[in-house]
Amino acid sequence: MSEKSDITLNINGRDHHIRVESRRTLVDAIREECGQSGTHIGCEHGVCGACTVLVAGEPVRSCLMFAQQAEGKAIRTVEGLAQGDEMHPMQRAFMDHHGLQCGFCTPGFLMLAVGVLEREPEISDENLIDVLSSNLCRCTGYQNIIKAVRSAAAEMRRS
Amino acid sequence: MTTNRQKLVGSSVRRKEDGPLLRGQGRFAADINFPDQLHMRVVRSAQAHGRIRSVDLTPALAIPGVHAAWAFADVAELPPIGFRLTRLEQLSAYRQTILAKDRVRYVGDPVAVVFANDPYLAEDATEHVIVDVEEMSPILHADQAPGEFASNLSTEAAVIRKGYGDIDAAFRDAHRIISLSLAIGRHSGVPMETRGAIGHYDSATDMLKMYGAAKVPHWNRAQIAKMLGRDPAGIHCYEGHVGGGFGIRGELYPEDVLVCLAALRFARPVKWIEDRREHLIAANHSRQQTHHIRAAVDREGRILAVDDEFYHDQGGYMRTHAATVPDLAAAMLPGPYRIPAYRAVGHIRLTNKTPCGTYRAPGRYESTFVRERLMDAIAAETGIDMVEVRRRNLIDKSEMPVTRNLETLGTDIVLDSGDYVKLLDKALDKSGWTELQDELAGRRLAGELVGAGVAMFVEKSGLGPFDDVRITIGTDGFVEVVTGAASVGQGVETVVAQICADALGVDYERISVIHGQTDRIERGMGAFASRVTVMTGEATRLAAIKLRGKVLSTAAELMQTSVDQLDLIGGEIVQTGNGVGPSIGLTEIAGALAPGSRFLGDREPGLFAEASFESHHMTYPYGVHVAVVSIAPDTGAIDIERYLVAYDVGKAVNPMLIEGQIVGGVAQGIGGALYEDFTYDDRGEPLSVTFADYLMPTAREVPHVDVIISEDAPSPLNPMGLKGAGEGGTNAVGAVIAAAVDDALGKPGAITQLPILPQRIRAILKENAWSKPRSGSVGFL
Repeated sequence: MSEKSDITLNINGRDHHIRVESRRTLVDAIREECGQSGTHIGCEHGVCGACTVLVAGEPVRSCLMFAQQAEGKAIRTVEGLAQGDEMHPMQRAFMDHHGLQCGFCTPGFLMLAVGVLEREPEISDENLIDVLSSNLCRCTGYQNIIKAVRSAAAEMRRS
Repeated sequence: MTTNRQKLVGSSVRRKEDGPLLRGQGRFAADINFPDQLHMRVVRSAQAHGRIRSVDLTPALAIPGVHAAWAFADVAELPPIGFRLTRLEQLSAYRQTILAKDRVRYVGDPVAVVFANDPYLAEDATEHVIVDVEEMSPILHADQAPGEFASNLSTEAAVIRKGYGDIDAAFRDAHRIISLSLAIGRHSGVPMETRGAIGHYDSATDMLKMYGAAKVPHWNRAQIAKMLGRDPAGIHCYEGHVGGGFGIRGELYPEDVLVCLAALRFARPVKWIEDRREHLIAANHSRQQTHHIRAAVDREGRILAVDDEFYHDQGGYMRTHAATVPDLAAAMLPGPYRIPAYRAVGHIRLTNKTPCGTYRAPGRYESTFVRERLMDAIAAETGIDMVEVRRRNLIDKSEMPVTRNLETLGTDIVLDSGDYVKLLDKALDKSGWTELQDELAGRRLAGELVGAGVAMFVEKSGLGPFDDVRITIGTDGFVEVVTGAASVGQGVETVVAQICADALGVDYERISVIHGQTDRIERGMGAFASRVTVMTGEATRLAAIKLRGKVLSTAAELMQTSVDQLDLIGGEIVQTGNGVGPSIGLTEIAGALAPGSRFLGDREPGLFAEASFESHHMTYPYGVHVAVVSIAPDTGAIDIERYLVAYDVGKAVNPMLIEGQIVGGVAQGIGGALYEDFTYDDRGEPLSVTFADYLMPTAREVPHVDVIISEDAPSPLNPMGLKGAGEGGTNAVGAVIAAAVDDALGKPGAITQLPILPQRIRAILKENAWSKPRSGSVGFL
């Protein structure tokens, strides 16, 4: 279809030298070329947020970005949250508060919440719900996700 | 020896499933890849109805990297997909072939498939398949006159009739007759993971494998075998992580069969991952029905008879569920009330829209809306308070069990246990119902549009007929529970491990639970109809008890004592009573029974036990929903201020998971009540094809939900008293929101249709403005 070019994606601190078409979405490149399948594809039109990753610290819908646009920027995905066996406070909070059922939307919610709280640790409850309403979950009814994120926010502020 | 000491059953232990899912280590369908795989892409009909003149695959085949392409002629030898449940013979002619035969019947109908080396390329190539269709006028309304499905075949595929008692006499003698016409929109489960299937053929062993299976892998395996003309022993289905089920996912669809057929023919792995637009037009829809219901009531508002006629919009074909949804709607409509005479007539009509199947609380979300609207109308017309009218008609605890003289899913409906009045009281107490009425009256006087509603329902769960479980203790002391269940994300592994840990006497952490793997267990029913905790749970308990006996008798021999001096606690065999001595571990027992051990002698090798649980009746949990809503007069937007669910599940294995099921179910119910609808234009073009058109609730729209998990009425049908918890959160949402909106508008019976859109509210408010302003009175009249 179209020409491929060589790019380097830095995901969770590791460089991936890959060759992709210019139309290749970032999420496809992360999953297929870079083998990081923890980031999920839910709609491919930027509404559901399952594919949310952090690009240069900002939560981004990786289905709406081309892989080439992310070159040279630090990309963080769900695989980079835990430090070895030690889960990130956000991951632990989701487990403690039953903030996931099928787990498909979970990586997107984790990255969205971590990204926002790192930028704005003192975010108000009201604004937090606004932020979380940008991603879709079909299992939990959101209440436990909100509880988990609030609890992790408190812990992230302490540490 | 103490037995059956419960420790984990009843407690909110954290889930076994969470670790990998939180770390991004899940294995969903799209995460499965094989070397040299082909990617399949489906060419879908752009017309709602038409005759296929020709399908030209050549331009697509000319593209480098395209391996093959098929239209119907290439798959003509395969029969259509069969029925899994509620089979009616006259429905067979309406089944779907894996590619459209001579007509297209909905926008999204698979017409052709393309196989290519790359998924982007496969998608490009589908645009080069030329489908020539002679467009025909579509049938879009199931409640208008039926048309022709094929020559001599009406779009009315069947009429379901259920009932008992003398309806005509009841209506003749009634003090009052109350009639309503009501409609439910087109909704679906819409799991966050789209469908996916990967076919893999191993020619060395002549084994066909299908990955991406869910919900009912064993049934799908048998059906694929039948369609491909293969011995079922030569096919296996594998369930990985599943990104939500809700009734829709895991049913056998054309695409599942196509990847299997392609993998066989090409002897290469074939992968298909659906995109979201495809999902919204091709995976099962559900719920769309129109009901005309009437009740005969006496002077005190007691129901003498209910008579319902409804039209079920099935869409383009009859799929695996056959008549399940309308059958359940008709069978479950009576709910928790005493109804001396009952008649339901359900017309199953084909239309040129996406075919339908089940969606969480199938048939009940619909019929609870209809029945509870009827109860509200009886209250309004007789002037009896909406709570009181329900109370007068509720089946009393003393009447249990109640045989309904109705059947569904091959079982007679026998309400096994329940104290409906008590649960209603619990819900009203917790919501502060009396004070709430005063508070709302005050706010209405101040000009606010606020109101409250109550809705009640009976659910069903624990559908049999069987489930098998095999539990094995390895020589490393770890326990493996192999089930024929499936997991769609609801926490099956956790619940089964809890039950096993208690009944066997081992640590929860040492138990692993297998589900959805047809090569691990001969038969399995899978996960639907809120059945797993009841059926698989009890089979697990039975197998664990057997295995515990085997452990203890082996230990007694090894320790030269008697079984009644031993107990199995936390994976250790300890001496009880007067016996004092060293304990031994499961590793030693398993080692003693391992093949080749000196102890083994004539004994059967291996430390395992198998059990089956059979049940020919369902169990019937029941619930109450209470909602408070306010309406913004300028926009017509509805805000759910408060929401409460009281649900009796007999015995709660894991309250945290049950609450999760209920709250998640409420969120889906709210979607159907206020936002979600698959709509079509007058040519049958679907208008809800993205998440910007099909509006699912977000964290903004779903309120906090108060949950009462009640255990007043354990099921007599299984020793733990279990009833399923998967669907009670969804069941009555449409009903209770409608009641609360009516109350807020001060207009009983205003809501006759779901979803309740702002446009409708604005229209009602305009009508209200022309009539006299509302009085300050409380409640319905």
